[in-house]
Amino acid sequence: MNPTISRHWRSFKWAAWLGWQIESNWTRPSLFAIYSVIKPIASAFILVLMYVAFAFIGKIDDPALFNFVYVGNAFFIFVGNTLFGTFQVIQQDREWYQTLRYTYISPISYYTYIVGRATTKVVVAAFAVLITLGFGVGFLQIRLVLALGDLPLFVAAFLLGILTLVGIGVCLAALSFLTARHVHGLAEGIPGLFYLFCGILFPLSILPQWAQFVGRALPLTYWFEITRRLVLPPEYQIDTGIVGDPLTMLGLLAVSAAAFFVLSIGMFRWMEYLARKAGKLDMTTSY
Amino acid sequence: MSETVSPVAVNLRSVWGRAYVRIVGANREPSWIFFEGLLPLLGIAVYVFIYQAFGARAIATLVADPTLSDTARAAAIAAAQANVNALVGFVVLGGTMTAFWMNVLWSMASQLYWEKEMGNLQLYMMAPMSRMSLLGGMALGGIFMTSVRAVTTLVAGVFVFGVSFQLTDPWMLMAVFFATLVALYGMGMMLASLYLLYGREAWNLSALLEEPVFLASGFYFPVRILGPAVAFAASIIPAALGLDALRQLLFPGFFGGQFWLLSVGLELTILLGLCVLFLVLARLSLGYMETLAKREGRLTSRHQ
Repeated sequence: MNPTISRHWRSFKWAAWLGWQIESNWTRPSLFAIYSVIKPIASAFILVLMYVAFAFIGKIDDPALFNFVYVGNAFFIFVGNTLFGTFQVIQQDREWYQTLRYTYISPISYYTYIVGRATTKVVVAAFAVLITLGFGVGFLQIRLVLALGDLPLFVAAFLLGILTLVGIGVCLAALSFLTARHVHGLAEGIPGLFYLFCGILFPLSILPQWAQFVGRALPLTYWFEITRRLVLPPEYQIDTGIVGDPLTMLGLLAVSAAAFFVLSIGMFRWMEYLARKAGKLDMTTSY
Repeated sequence: MSETVSPVAVNLRSVWGRAYVRIVGANREPSWIFFEGLLPLLGIAVYVFIYQAFGARAIATLVADPTLSDTARAAAIAAAQANVNALVGFVVLGGTMTAFWMNVLWSMASQLYWEKEMGNLQLYMMAPMSRMSLLGGMALGGIFMTSVRAVTTLVAGVFVFGVSFQLTDPWMLMAVFFATLVALYGMGMMLASLYLLYGREAWNLSALLEEPVFLASGFYFPVRILGPAVAFAASIIPAALGLDALRQLLFPGFFGGQFWLLSVGLELTILLGLCVLFLVLARLSLGYMETLAKREGRLTSRHQ
């Protein structure tokens, strides 16, 4: 194998293994499985109860909107987990385990190491999404239909969506080279940006005009649009204000994934340079 | 020549000393105002728009309903708008409380564990002060830091999301708010000692106590929707009662009062009881932790 590819593969493989150990070995597997699903299920239930409260007060019954919200929220687990999974790596290694200095000087690609560590979060997210959707179908009258012919499009959109997220996540991780450890808000706020502007939980058309423009410029908007068009039955499709056929949207996603990959490399190198220059690479911020 | 300082002065200095690093340390890195104050608003805005989307669909249904007279339609639309305003207000208050709860989890409950990992804990244990002063200082500093985010959320609620509050009893509102904060941070002080005993599980427990607590305490919807039994059980976390009381005081006419859990006075009384309970439990759990530290000598061992 080409030595460069071999180095990246080795970095990825062991980082993914390390990520899995950090994620899961603090407790028994059964407890870890429960832990992994409670958060997304609780998150889904918040939306369910918001809907129940409004339906009770307003005396309305709108299953199409409810399905729209529920499915969007389920797939959003990927966004939160992937972004947080990549963002946390540097801060966790630098501040908590204080191992960044050793990992950094080892003969690996640190960029690939971050991606490898994030992979664990994506796998855990996939598990949580399946549980959330299954729970919705089983107990909350969520209806999902995915035709066999649509499967390649669904998978392609999914992979491109995840690649885009990893690119964005590495950009954030690069920023964390320079920020203090208490910046939970970044990990919380950037997914919030997509949560708000990409029409994850409500049709994009509900936003003010300027915000709709922002939403249309964000690639994840198209990932969620394609996904919902493919998995929700025709009678539960609602007008989101986004027009265009899925293949065009897929093309946009592919371009975005490539663009964020290039941007993530640039950001990573730039922030790494600044952190080294400022002597912040292994700083600890304990307040 | 030795100087004698009264224990009260030592402990007040300790409180201020621990609060100081949070107040001043944070100001030395102003990026946190953006990260902690503005970015979290986006997540709250999402919940606001969900209610607005529900409202828009409900109003569209009313507009298209041929059975309604013009007067009845106008009244129904006005009622739907009032409900949306109140529910958006619920979200804004919930968002404010989210800031404090996150601070309690990550900067109070997890803090002693974090100090152990950083190597500061043994210094705290050796210092001639009450450990309650240390936790009290952490709480005061945390309240200051978090207030920025909370105030940002409230201001955004009024000026960006157009929420209108009906403040009828400002003194009661202040009393409920501060009782909730003291009870919440008392709980954080208690958890700080307990978390210390549980290594990495503590970290994951904090992560676990985010969404499930937002759910059980009704951060984004009236808590009574959960049913009285679940809502009462959830009231052990002071945010549930605090939010319910604050909402009663700011949206007194909401849906004929059908969604309130208890009267404001009773909720304030329970909150005051929780303040005392958690502060006493915090003192006891600190004592237990110190005993354990002396007996087993492993409390300051890192990476357990």
